[in-house]
Parts: sequence; C-alpha cells; structure tokens
Amino acid sequence: MRRIFSTTRALSTALGLTLLAAGGAFAQSPDPAPGGQALGAPVPWGLGLQDAFGPVKAAIHDFNDLVLYIIIGITIFVAGLLAYVIFRYSASRNPNPSRTSHNTVLEIAWTVVPVLILLVIAIPSFRLIYYEDRARDPEMTINVQGRQWYWHYEYPDNGAFAFDSYPIPEGELRPGQLRNLAVDNPLVIPVGATIRVLTTGHDVIHSFFVPSLGVQKYTIPGRTLETWFRADREGTFYGQCNQICGNNHWFMPIAVRAVPKAEFEAWAAEAKTKFAEGSAPGWPERDRATSVASLEGAASAASPERAAPAAAATPSVEARR
Amino acid sequence: MAQAAHDTAHSGHDDHHDHAPGFVSRWLFSTNHKDIGTLYIIFAVVAAFVGVTLSILMRIELQQPGMQIFSGGQAWNAMISAHGLVMVFFVVMPALIGGFGNWFVPIMIGAPDMAFPRLNNISFWLIVPAFMLLVGSMFVGQGAGAGWTIYPPLSDSTYQSGPSMDMALFALHLAGASSILGAANFITTIFNMRAPGMTLHKMPLFVWAMLVTAFLLLLSVPVLGGAITMLITDRNFGTSFFKPEGGGDPVLFQHLFWFFGHPEVYIMILPAFGIVSHVLSTFSRKPIFGYLGMAYAMVAIGVVGFVVWAHHMFTSGISVDTRAYFMAATMIIAVPTGIKIFSWIATMWGGSLDLRTPMLYAIGFVFLFTVGGVTGVKLANAGVTVILHNTYYVIAHFHYVLSLGAVFGIYAGFYYWIGKMSGYQYPEFWGKVQFWTTFVGVNITFFPMHFLGAQGMPRRYPDYPDAFAGWNMVASIGSYISAASFLLFIWVVVLTFVRKEKAAANPWGEGATTLEWQVSSPPPFHTFDELPHIR
Repeated sequence: MRRIFSTTRALSTALGLTLLAAGGAFAQSPDPAPGGQALGAPVPWGLGLQDAFGPVKAAIHDFNDLVLYIIIGITIFVAGLLAYVIFRYSASRNPNPSRTSHNTVLEIAWTVVPVLILLVIAIPSFRLIYYEDRARDPEMTINVQGRQWYWHYEYPDNGAFAFDSYPIPEGELRPGQLRNLAVDNPLVIPVGATIRVLTTGHDVIHSFFVPSLGVQKYTIPGRTLETWFRADREGTFYGQCNQICGNNHWFMPIAVRAVPKAEFEAWAAEAKTKFAEGSAPGWPERDRATSVASLEGAASAASPERAAPAAAATPSVEARR
Repeated sequence: MAQAAHDTAHSGHDDHHDHAPGFVSRWLFSTNHKDIGTLYIIFAVVAAFVGVTLSILMRIELQQPGMQIFSGGQAWNAMISAHGLVMVFFVVMPALIGGFGNWFVPIMIGAPDMAFPRLNNISFWLIVPAFMLLVGSMFVGQGAGAGWTIYPPLSDSTYQSGPSMDMALFALHLAGASSILGAANFITTIFNMRAPGMTLHKMPLFVWAMLVTAFLLLLSVPVLGGAITMLITDRNFGTSFFKPEGGGDPVLFQHLFWFFGHPEVYIMILPAFGIVSHVLSTFSRKPIFGYLGMAYAMVAIGVVGFVVWAHHMFTSGISVDTRAYFMAATMIIAVPTGIKIFSWIATMWGGSLDLRTPMLYAIGFVFLFTVGGVTGVKLANAGVTVILHNTYYVIAHFHYVLSLGAVFGIYAGFYYWIGKMSGYQYPEFWGKVQFWTTFVGVNITFFPMHFLGAQGMPRRYPDYPDAFAGWNMVASIGSYISAASFLLFIWVVVLTFVRKEKAAANPWGEGATTLEWQVSSPPPFHTFDELPHIR
C-alpha cells in the first residue's frame, strides 16, 4: 500500500516536472542556514520560484500555485486530446472522415468554460496586485536608485544617510561569497519591518528585483515609483538588476540583509557616522564578526528537508490581511 | 468554405501567357506576386541564417558561467538586440506575410495579382537595405545595445553614441515603411479583387488571417514610426521627447513602443494560425471546424490585441488600477485563442489523419502554442509578473509562441506549399527527420528556461550566478540540436531542387480544397487568365 502511494507520488512528481513545471509550483531555494538565517538566492537545477521570505512573496506563491496547477491541467488536457485524435483518427484506423464542421453546444462550451477559468484566476489576481501595490503604515522608507552599474541606497528615516552598493569582482571574492551576487554594502533592513521603497532613476532605466522578497520595480529617470516589501526572517536576500542598462547590466547585484531591529539600529547609527566621514557602512556588525563567508557557506551546504520550516514560517494571505 | 470550383478550363493555362521576362526585369523589377513572394522567402531564409547564428553565439556564451566569447556587455547587448530585431522583422514577417501572403492570398481569392504590383516590389526592396543597415549596425562603433525594445534613455546618444543605434533605427523605419505599404496592398487586394462568388465568409482562413494582420500592421507600425522618429530627433537634433531633463518621459516611449509591439506579436502569429488551419483541414480530409468562429476569433484577437499593450510595463510604475485593467484585458485574449485551439482539435476529430511533414508541424504548433499560451495567461497576472517580468520565464513564453509557434507555422507552410511554389515535392523522409530534430531541439532549448525564469534569472545577461549553470547548459545543448535542424532544413531544400520530383497540381488529395490546388504546380506566371467562379 505504502509502496503504491510512493510510486504514485513519484509519478505525479515526474509528470509535474516534465509536463509543465512551467511556472514553478515547487518553491526551491537554498535552505535556511543554522541559526535561522535565511538565504534568498537561486539554487542549482532549481525548478520553481525561489523560497518566500516575506509576505508579498508568500502571497505570490499562493497565487502562482493556483495558476500553475490550472495551466498544467489545461496543457495535459490539450495534449491528451491531441494524442487521442492522432491515435484514434489516423488514416489507417479511420479511412472515411466525417464532414462535421459545427456543434453549437461544444462551441459555446469552449467559450464559456475558459471564461469561468479566467474568473477563477482573476479574482485572487486582483486581490494580489492591490495587496502588492503599496505598504500600509510602513515603518520606514528606503530610497533606491539604480545607477550604471551599482545601486545607491538612501535611508531618509534613519538620519538621511546614503551609500553605494557595488558588486564584488570575481577576483576579490572571499570563500563562500556568491559570484555575481555578492556586494560590498548590502541594503540592511530590520526583520519584520514593513519597508516602503521609492525608486528613482539616475542615468538609464534599471530594475530593482529581489525574487525571494517578491519585489521588483523599475528605477526610471524623472519618476519616483513606490513599492514595498517585508522580510519575515533574518537572512540575506539576493537579486539582480533586471532591465537592460548597458555594459554591466549583468553585474549589478542586489543584496538585502535583514537583521533584528536592535542590530539594525546599531548598524544605522554607525552608517550615519561613516556617512559623515565619507565612508561606506559595510555589513552589519554580526556579519563582520562571523564573516559573511561562513554564513553563506553553511547555507549552501544545508539539506533539502529544511525547506519546510521556511514555508511554514510565512503566514497566509488571509492572516496578513 | 472554400469549396471552390474552377469554371475555366484547366488546359488553357500551361501553354499560354506563361513566358516570364528576363532575369533582371523578372527578379529586380518584379511586379509578379509569386516572384515577389519567392524573393521574400529566400530573403527570410538568408536572414534566418543570420538570426540563428546569433542565437548560437548567445547559447555558446551562456553554456557556462563566466564570459566566454564576448568581449563585454555592450557587444553582447548589441548582438541580442540584433537577434530579436532580425528574427521579428526579417525572418518571421517576411516569411509569413511577404512570402506566403504574397504567394497565396491572390491565388486563394482568385485574383490575378496583388492590387498594387509596383508597391509590392518596393515593399520587398525596402527590407533589403533595412536588413543591411541592421546587420551593419552590429559592426559599426559599439553596436546598438539597448535590446530590441530600444528603451530610452539607454538608446539615447549619451548611452549609445555613434551611428550604430541610428542605423538600427533607420532599419526599423525602412522595414516599417515596407510593412505599411504591404499592408495597404493586402487590404486593397482582399477587399476589391476577390473572384466572383468569393464572399468574405467564403474566404479561406489564411486570407482572413492576412486581412487581420494587414490591419494590425497598418494601425500599429505608424506608431512605432512616430516613436523612433522622436527617438532619432532626441538623439540627433536636440529634442527631448523622452529625456526627463528636458521635460520628456521615458515611459511615454514604452507606451508607444508596446502599442506597436503587442499587435506585432499577433502580426507574427496570425498568419501562422491561417496556415495551420489549412494544413490541419487538408491532412484530416475534413472541412475546418467552426469556420466563422475561427475567422472572428482572429478578428477578436486583433481588436483586443490593441488594448493590452501595457502588460509589458507592469513594473514601469503604471498605477494599480491601470494594471488591473490591462491584466483583465490581456486575459480576455485567452478566450478567442482557446476557441482556435479547440476548433483545430475538433477539425482533426473524426478526420482521417495523414501525418505528413506539414501535418506534424501543424500538430506540433497546436501543442506548443498551447504551452506558450498558458504561460502567457500566467504572465498576464501583474501580481506574479512582478517576479517574472524580464526573467527567462518571459523568454521561454515568447519563444514558445514565436520560435516554436510562428516558426512551426512557417515550416508547416513551407512543406505544405513548396510543391506548389516550385513544382518539386520535398523528400518526405527528410522532412520528417527535420521535424523531429526541430521539435526535440527547440523543446530542450526553451523548456528549461521556464525553470531559470522562475528562479529569477534576468534576461539579457551574458554571465550569471553559478546556480543557473545547469539549465543553461541543457538549453545550450538544445540550441545546437535546433541549429542542426535548421541546417537539415537547408538540406531538405537542396534535395527538393536536386531530386526534381514533380509535384502534382494537388498532391494532398481531397482534403486540399482551396484555389491554389486547382492550378498547376508551379502555377503559370499569370495565374488566372479568366477569373474563377466560386460557387
């Protein structure tokens, strides 16, 4: 009995993967490192969306799963019909073709049923975009500006300091730092705080994109755009510029570091001092002590079973509302 | 539909009025729709060679993390931009619209030629310099590296200095002028030159498809023309339509571009819809199911296709209510598309299926277009597109509908009509081999891109974080198979012309009911001496 169950499960997994994991139902991300540190980054051979580490991304996951199962179902249905038709109505099996070219009931059905399916998708979809749109009572605002080819972050609510975040070139990577993702100065935020992000442009259009936090917005010269996110777990969440912006478009990663509120305050105070001195804030105190390297190294070595608590830690859409 | 009877005697055609002019006046000054169609198809194959070469260079670069063969991001950006523009403007459109459209729209409606034969000639000869300008732009200065969407400010003279971006913009202008003239020609031809008895509701679906396509071109390409004209003056004459420092707006360009760009994707796929309808009906030996529904589904796709453009701009800061509207409008397109998919299956249902190469391509089209279509439904939802916008998920989606949809339509049309166009039938065995290598190759190439996109790999990257390496390797291997299948296609063409296996007037039997199968293969230089009567 158990064997049958596991076979079925394996089969359905295989089916899911091969037939249409097209959207990634299966959240896959590096697992949280020991000490509850989360890591938002792509994983080798990953199939689905990066794990959710904030409420916006969790809401996206819920919706994504719904749509994914619907479109996998539709694809299997169409593939099945095609396979049946090819088999059943081959010239050898059915030498005399019918002349049927109309069937009103059928034609109404395949117009109305898709409309109903679209309604099923549309209702949660509308809820999702209004939820994603703007932060309700944000605790702080961060100004994000994309520049050729680095990020410029400003903290207006914490002493109005600003700094640049540059990628770390391949030759200067410390062990465990992720190539093309590691940065010198991360965007540090307090865990659990609702962050309003205002994006502005400087030279060309860039796109502030952090998949595991469910946030993406262009940074457009002459405009200020608003979005928001919240990290519900301590950790580091990586992203990359996602709008073609010239020569180093591929080399302007984003790192968001979420630490407990007290540590954030300490970092912000220090950053403000350093800003006055004209130097960059760097990583929070804790990362300098334990080194970013060991943290990330531990994360990438973690085993798949750890994915579960991460998912469980993120509340559902309803709960958040 | 299209139960066309040819009243005139068949015998008269082959011996009279079939003396073609000499080489120069026949091919350079051509006013014959079939010759111009042939020129377009040859042009598309040449351009495809360039486009495929560019894709292979891309896949070689992306096969492993790190910079392999490109000197830097700008060279890479110039090349990916050229890849997109070449494939859209110089492969898919010339093949489907200029090639098959020119060849078969007049014959299918029983017209002696296009309405404006000289306009037809200039349409073709405009895209040749356009193509040379575009290809040349890759080799001049730093190249035009702003993506095929050429968003300012990146496409401004500050960031793309030198003449290459201007060359690319002029290439678009020329190709656009060509398309507008061609569209006017098709609309006039279809409205005014149908043979007696060929009412709109008896028109073959390919002609319907071309009619809708022509309207989309006529209404959308001028908007692109306006946008790139403003971009050219921004670059060269000190205006600031899109420059915020002068009061301009970069987002305005995005609106204008996608007002053209979204209809453009239907421009590329609608003719393929038409071809697939004919092929499925022919090789099922059944009339097309739900003819009127099929025709008006295309009209609906064309109309709604004009009011969904901002779904390309969900992260550009358009307001949430606007996003909600564009999301809803976009999802509505799934309904007429669904009607077409199910009508195609119903056309085969109860039929007597003959799985020749064109049929394989048509069935492949239906399935792969479905895959590309459902991911489109997902991307229509702004909520989830927040994390899929500009990722490889989008690349996978639009290559499934274009590289696997439109291109499968082109291949289906080619195998379906090559006997008619050249008089020589293709080798069936090699045709099937070519289908299966293409089918396997493109799926291995593009399916893994869904995974890369879901994991957040941004597009237009020559180098990527190491975690993306696995699926990129798979995609690269797939692309080599796809490239081999393109070479195999050239081989099939060569074999066709070397073997000289004579094609009958109607090699497909009773399923092929449209007018082109009533004339000889190849049709005489002047197809109809007397207009056929359609009952």
